[in-house]
Formats: sequence, C-alpha cells, structure tokens
Amino acid sequence: MNRLATILALAAAPALADPDPEALRRLVRQDCGSCHGMTLKGGLGPDIRPAALASYQRDDLTTVILDGIPGTPMPPWRPLLSEGDAAWIADYLLRGDPE
Amino acid sequence: MIPAPLSSGTTKDRARSDFHLSRNTPAGGLRARMFALTLAGLALFAPPLPAGAQATGDLGLVVERASGSLLVVDQSERASIGRITGLGDLSHASLVYSPDEQFAYVFGRDGGLTKVDILAQTVVNRVMQAGNSIGGAISDDGRFVAVSNYEPGGVRVFDADTLAMVADIPTGSKTVGLVDIPGTKFVFSLWDSGETWIADLSGETPQITRVKGMGANPYDALVTGDGRTYIAGLFGEDHLSALDLWQDPPEPQSILPGYAEGREGLPVYKMPHLEGWALAGQDFVLPAMGQHEVLWVDARTLKETGRTPTHGQPVFAISRPDGRHVWVNFAHPLNDTIQVIDSVSKEVIHQFAPGPGVLHMEFTPRGHEVWLSVRDAGKVIIYDTETFEQLGEIATESPSGIFFTARAHRMGL
Ligand code: HEC
Repeated sequence: MNRLATILALAAAPALADPDPEALRRLVRQDCGSCHGMTLKGGLGPDIRPAALASYQRDDLTTVILDGIPGTPMPPWRPLLSEGDAAWIADYLLRGDPE
Repeated sequence: MIPAPLSSGTTKDRARSDFHLSRNTPAGGLRARMFALTLAGLALFAPPLPAGAQATGDLGLVVERASGSLLVVDQSERASIGRITGLGDLSHASLVYSPDEQFAYVFGRDGGLTKVDILAQTVVNRVMQAGNSIGGAISDDGRFVAVSNYEPGGVRVFDADTLAMVADIPTGSKTVGLVDIPGTKFVFSLWDSGETWIADLSGETPQITRVKGMGANPYDALVTGDGRTYIAGLFGEDHLSALDLWQDPPEPQSILPGYAEGREGLPVYKMPHLEGWALAGQDFVLPAMGQHEVLWVDARTLKETGRTPTHGQPVFAISRPDGRHVWVNFAHPLNDTIQVIDSVSKEVIHQFAPGPGVLHMEFTPRGHEVWLSVRDAGKVIIYDTETFEQLGEIATESPSGIFFTARAHRMGL
C-alpha cells in the first residue's frame, strides 16, 4: 500500500474514505508541484491556476487527473487516487487556494 | 562549557584537533573554540581576527523550499550555523558556488537569481531574470553564471560580480540540462526541438554550436566529471543520447537503445535527475524513465553493462565519491526510501526508510558521510556511508537540495 493511501486510510478510518483535504492539498503543492511548480504557475507542466484552467469543466479536469495525458509527462493518478480524491483536487484547482 | 583544544588558532589545526572527537558526537561547540581563539589572540597581543576568519571549505547550504530560505550548515560540526532569508520561491531551487567558496548563486523556480554571501549570511544581490527557471551553472573561470528557463525559454548569462545580464540566448523552447564545460562554455538542451546547444563565452560575443537530432523531449542531462561526455535523458524516446564534446562538431550517439522495449511504461510521478552522475570504475549509472531500475553503461564504449531492479522510479542515482556505492532515491509515492547499490556486484546491499519525502542526497567530498534531506520530517539526517549508522540530524523547514561548497571545484554540477 502506498503512503498516501495509508495516510488517507488512517485519516478516514471509521467513516467512508472521504477525501482528506489536508493530505490532498499537500499532494497538490508538493507532488503536482514537482512538475507544475509549488505555486502551480508552471514548470515542465503548464500553469494550472484557476485562470489557466478556465475552459475546463470539473468532470473533464477530474478525468485528466485520473488518466493523465498520454504521450506527455502528465501521469495518470488513478493508481494512487480515488475518483473522489481527483474530484476534490479538480474543485480545488478551479477554485484556487486563498493562501 | 566544553573544554576547547587550545590550538595555535589556524582553521586547519582546529579541524585536525577535533577529528578524533567528532566521529559520533558533534564536536565541541564552535563558540567554545572561537572563545579559545580569542583568548589565544589576546595572549599574544595579536590584532583581532578579521571578521571573515571562518573558512568555507566544510560549509554548505540547505534549501528550505517552503520558507524561501537557506540554512547554512557546517559539515564537520554536523550543525546549522545560520539562516539566510528572503529568496522567494525555492521549490526545486539549485545553486552553484563561486570559485572562492564565499558566494552562492541560487536559481529559484520563480525566475529569481540570488547571490548570497555564506560568511556574512546575507543576500548580496537579487534579480528576477525570467518567469520560470530550472537550473544554472557557473563558468570554469567563475566570471559567468548561466540560468536556463522554462518560461520564456532559453538561457541567460550574468556577470558573476554584478548579476548584470551579459548574454541572452533565446531558444524558442523549454531549456534543460544546463552544465558548464572547460573553455568558458555552457551546454544545454531544448525540450521542444530535441537539440543540444554549446555556447562559447570566451570571446566578445557568445558563439553557439547547435547539435540537432538528440531525440524527442530531452528532460535533463549530465556531463561527466572530465567535461567530455554529455548525456541527455529523453522523455520521448526509448534511449538516451550522448555527445562526445571532444569531437568537433559533436554528433549525437544513441545509448541504451530500446531499454524499455516490450515492457509497459510505468507512470512517472517525478522526473528523474541526471546530474550527479556516478562513475564506478568503468561504468556509470543512470535512472531509467518509466521503469523501476537503474541502468549501467560503460563510460568509454557507452554500451550497457547491466541493470539493477529498484524499489520504485529512481530520481537520483548518485555515486559515493569513491564510486564504490550508488545511492538511489525514488519518486512519489515511494519517496521515503533509499537503496544503496554495490557498483561491483550491481546488487542492492542496503535499503532503509529515512522518513517521508527524501528529496536529495549530498556526500561529503570524500564520501565518509551522506546528508539526506527528509522534507516532510523537517530534517536533514546524516549517515555514515560504510556502516549506514545515523550520525546526526539537523532540524530545518521543508528541506530540499543540500549543497556543500566543495562543488565549487567540480565540473558540471
Ligand atoms: C511528472 C510531471 C507531472 C506531474 C507530477 C504532474 N503533472 Fe500535470 N502535466 C504535466 C505536463 C508535462 C502537462 C502538459 C501535457 C501536455 O503537453 O499537454 C500536464 C498537464 C496537466 C493538466 C492540463 C493543463 C491544461 O492546460 O490543459 C492538468 C490539469 C494537470 N496537469 C494537473 C496535474 C495535477 C492535479 C497533478 C498532481 C495530482 C499533476 N498534474 C502532476 C506534468 C506533470
């Protein structure tokens, strides 16, 4: 079992595996950030702040996160994230972080 | 107070007299020794020590990525001795040192180029040179600092004293794998067009040699310690490409062709890094892309000599300076683990989990210790490279790269 899954499982222990905002926010900053920049304004991967993603619907964005973009370095996150997690991230990206 | 050796007061003597104490305990505090020095100075009625009397040869900097600061560390004390703040976004920041090991040039992801003085522990100068940078290098003569950029792409070269821009080399592409080679030259690769360029800065205007046909999407590159062989990792091909820089003009040579053929490409959650190449006798070692293994190549013939299956997608595969062992860390979600590979048997001889988010490893110049940054534990942890015993740890905020000043004297780092 991978570490994130472990964290999520622990955090969500008794209830359903609801997305854990703290772990996911960290994942976006640190691990999406390794390609998109910690502030998400771009690196090897493009800017994924709200203005840059304006043309995306939540569901399309969720699919991009789960399946990646084949033929590019954007990896599929399905092996590590549930659909609920990916949808939470899609919302988070579209909304932007107040911080 | 810890008794301090009353030595004659040169830094060399101090270092030597501590040696027998310091293997497992942090050596008697710096302050104690400074005090002793001051006493010695007074006793001789000598003029006070100049303000910069600290030598820099065993110092280093640890990038604290979230807080935009650098921790100044003392290698033989195994301790932090200060912090330099105000450097902007330092995620994935790297740095190089001036030849005298007093200054560091820090390349931030926000495009900031910052010059810091590690003795005064201050920012000396800072320019915003581009929207989004990926790395940098310093020329062999220490006169120029070059930065490669994702946005707007290309390489910019700055005067190492003043940080005034002296050359702008647009490439029309994300530019990666920037290294210095002898002759005041820099070499770098173009993600979008699959080229490698050599920029010669020894004359009035930069002379550019363009090498086409490196292959699709070079993502990083390294140069061997003699400055002769440049190797680019390719995202879009099932091989790497090498250039013999002693050839004129150099021609790309495919190495490890088809290394992943017939195997499913595994998702890569963090791109591998090719700097910090490892030479173990005849071979060097490279992280595979999309396969959980490292690949061994004969340094002269560039033919494959073996593969070692690894715990996950390797990010760094770095040889201990003597080349006997190679230390490997891994991409998310397996980035809590380290494997050590014997370079003779090419087998994993040690595996352990220092903690969550092991981002970087730095060997002491002769390799007796390795320092690991463990991001999510907020620590740098120090290990003995023979016994793998933990020797110490230093608290730091979200550490990433660790850079010892000895890098000043090595090519291509
Ligand atoms: C290994 C590098 C890498 C990682 C890690 C990564 N991405 Fe990407 N991502 C890319 C690249 C490169 C592209 C651009 C692909 C292309 O050429 O179309 C991209 C594209 C995208 C896009 C489409 C942007 C657009 O304008 O269409 C989104 C959204 C995205 N990534 C989100 C994420 C999220 C969320 C994560 C973390 C869960 C993540 N990425 C992690 C490399 C990465």
